[in-house]
Amino acid sequence: MKLVMEKRSETPISLMLISPMIAVALTMISAAIMFALLGKDPVAALQTYFLDPLSDSWGLQEVAVKATPLVLIAVGLAVCYRAKVWNIGAEGQFLFGAMAGGYVAIITHGSTQGPWLLPVMLLMGAMAGACFALIPALLRTRFGANEILTSLMLVYVAELLLDYLVRGPWRDPAGFNMPNSVMFEPEATLPLLMAGGRLNIGTPIMIAVVLGFMLLMGRTLKGFEIRLVGEAPRAARFAGFSETGLVITVFMISGALAGLAGVLEAAGTVKQLQPGISPGYGFTAIIVAFLGRLNPIGCLFAGIFIAITFIGGENAQIMLRLPLDATRVLQGLLLFFVLVCDSLLLYRFRLLRGAAA
Amino acid sequence: MQASPPLLAVEGITKRFGALEANNAVDLKVAPGEIHALLGENGAGKSTLVKIIYGLLRPDAGRLVWRGAPVAVESPRAARALGIGMVFQHFSLFEALTVAENVALALDGSAPLDEIAQRLSETSRAYGLPLDPKREVWRLSVGERQRVEIMRCLMQDPSLLILDEPTSVLTPQEAEGLFATLARLRAEGRSVLYISHKLDEVRRICEAATILRGGQVVAHCDPRAETAASLARMMMGGDVVPIRHDHIEAQGPVRLAVSALSLPPLHAHGIALANINLELRAGEVLGIAGVAGNGQDELFAALSGEELAPHDAAIVMDGVAVGRAGINERRRRGAAFVPEERLGHGAAPAMRLTENALLSGHATNGFLRYGLVERAKLTDFVGKVVRAFDVRKGPADPEARALSGGNLQKFVIGREIARKPGLLVVAQPSWGVDAGAAATIRQALMDLARAGSAVLVISQDLDELLEISDRLCVIFMGRLSPAMPTAEATRESLGLLMGGAGMAA
Ligand SMILES: Nc1ncnc2c1ncn2[C@@H]1O[C@H](COP(=O)(O)OP(=O)(O)OP(=O)(O)O)[C@@H](O)[C@H]1O
Ligand SMILES: [Mg+2]
Repeated sequence: MKLVMEKRSETPISLMLISPMIAVALTMISAAIMFALLGKDPVAALQTYFLDPLSDSWGLQEVAVKATPLVLIAVGLAVCYRAKVWNIGAEGQFLFGAMAGGYVAIITHGSTQGPWLLPVMLLMGAMAGACFALIPALLRTRFGANEILTSLMLVYVAELLLDYLVRGPWRDPAGFNMPNSVMFEPEATLPLLMAGGRLNIGTPIMIAVVLGFMLLMGRTLKGFEIRLVGEAPRAARFAGFSETGLVITVFMISGALAGLAGVLEAAGTVKQLQPGISPGYGFTAIIVAFLGRLNPIGCLFAGIFIAITFIGGENAQIMLRLPLDATRVLQGLLLFFVLVCDSLLLYRFRLLRGAAA
Repeated sequence: MQASPPLLAVEGITKRFGALEANNAVDLKVAPGEIHALLGENGAGKSTLVKIIYGLLRPDAGRLVWRGAPVAVESPRAARALGIGMVFQHFSLFEALTVAENVALALDGSAPLDEIAQRLSETSRAYGLPLDPKREVWRLSVGERQRVEIMRCLMQDPSLLILDEPTSVLTPQEAEGLFATLARLRAEGRSVLYISHKLDEVRRICEAATILRGGQVVAHCDPRAETAASLARMMMGGDVVPIRHDHIEAQGPVRLAVSALSLPPLHAHGIALANINLELRAGEVLGIAGVAGNGQDELFAALSGEELAPHDAAIVMDGVAVGRAGINERRRRGAAFVPEERLGHGAAPAMRLTENALLSGHATNGFLRYGLVERAKLTDFVGKVVRAFDVRKGPADPEARALSGGNLQKFVIGREIARKPGLLVVAQPSWGVDAGAAATIRQALMDLARAGSAVLVISQDLDELLEISDRLCVIFMGRLSPAMPTAEATRESLGLLMGGAGMAA
């Protein structure tokens, strides 16, 4: 038995845009059914989820704060996926970035530093993420190891390392044995942009990155190379582009962005290192990347949408006593529907019976 | 016979792509047991029409009548259910799957694979197109791939078989095999709708023809009663400009020297290059003849730099050793390359023409400024190529796959010639282009050489090589014969060399 996907001969642009919208609609319908089964009023629940977060400044700021790491990571993943390189380990690269940036904050703790501190932390975070992403890239280019498996498994390495560090060497001595580092000094945390919320300079950085990647993908030779390698590998060779080099480049790009997101999260929102620093941003960003059609601006909108479900989920937990897992289910449903819609609209499925020759 | 209705009647079919009318009120009738030619220039709308018949495209107006009854062909599946099979201009096989799996995919029932493989090898032997069902498609030669495509159709017992330029990729021997199969199909009472630019071939095997020009039918005729020239005139509305023949003995400096080049095969069923030597001077066209699959792909890859030579000195361009230099390094030194496979190798199907111009020109054509791609320059460049080679297209900047086969070929060649390269290596330059465009391309290659460049043409088409080359050699099993002046070459002597006779071991 063999399942084969054939690309349909004609795929109009309109279909490519409509597909994610259908996925969102289907998710809403399934969510309403799920809420009803949990004994909640579906209309009220949907409102809490999708509208309430947008109704005041605090909610809006929270949405921006959540969207920032999601979009940053997703933009990098989109670059990878465009080249048909499957980095699934952004979560680990995120944590590595947070640890590297956090390390700078921890060793300088208690002494006054100059304004160089934050830039160094951000740089360290991005570099650490890139280096950590280099591992699956090299394993693939040198040994042909499947990057989906290796990048995913390295997530556990990063998680356990963080866990060890905050329970061991980096534990806050005055922290009552809690598994977390010291609180960062004010100069090692991101400046806030507005009163009455947590909006910080991470968000404008993220928007700058989105714009930068629009330019990179649309107007530079590197962007063309990335698209071409994913689209027509043989033509890419004819263009003189090396696939090996590109695999390494896109892995490092996405690792750097995930690492940057990690240090921004550590220095902006959490202000210390702790095991639960990421509610699965690196995995959720995969949904964001696909929902955003692997396009930087698309990722921005998709990231905002997913962030709304996060905030809405917290509201729903408090106001409606819905379990937080409902949010996870919702996001999972969304990814499921995105992939299903894409696959059914863009591909045709065929089943081959009998033993393969 | 007279009283029976045609198997297929196309009535008033119109198809628009935006403002472009690819088909305009087309009428056509195919009788049972008839081999019917569909002729026309590149972009005349032939592929569009047969895609409509096969249910891949929906017409804007008109209808199809099958065995006397109007039918709506909504999908290829519906077409197959009626008894229509089609082999595409560009292959549509899955490279990673085996022959049997590819065939199974096209069959709408779900018989077990083993049974399909069994039937496949029987049917293919019966039709004189033997195939090994267990081979993976990527291992097959172009001719074998086409056999798979044809067998895939025949397995469904079609009453009408549509072939879109089946012979443009075949060797003369393979083409003969195909004609024998077609004769057998006709004897079985099946009909064939046959698209080809090779008019002599059409006059031999077809008994009816419909000629399209600019999407409209300009004539129905019996090709056996016409000459190739009169058919061409109907297609183009004018005469083909004959190209200048003046075979010269070039005295210019050597622009390309290959010495003792050996290279392992590119893949499991490729051919190793063994001790290749050749010299190409400024001002001349050197032709390399040979039956497909004798190392042409490997030679092209080695010359282009997609595959590096073992030593730097194995390939010398303008006095500089480039055997270990990549393709862009060679391009910067003035070389340009046109691979045989236009979709997927020479051009990326889903990318626009401007992006495909960037594909081969980014290292040399100054398309970048401050690291950014200059769209205006790309647009200008594409405009220049399109005008010089009369590339017909609908929208200003379509995706490569939206061009007709011949027009894409014109673009891919024009893109390289527009750079005025010092060395041009081109494989199958007039693959799938009409007589007029073939003449334009051949003339352009000769003009390029006469202006001081060196041109290397790898082709299976002996007539083409005899027409444009100044010297000729033959590639056989990865070995290259010494070059001879074209004036001394005859079809017979070349034919012997192509069969391996007289090759120094
Ligand atoms: N999907 C498409 N979108 C837009 N234009 C198209 C599309 N397909 C074909 N065309 C245009 O329609 C015209 C007819 O194309 P078609 O492929 O039918 O030509 P053809 O007669 O088969 O030519 P060739 O001999 O070169 O294969 C061309 O100008 C082509 O650019
Ligand atoms: Mg065609």
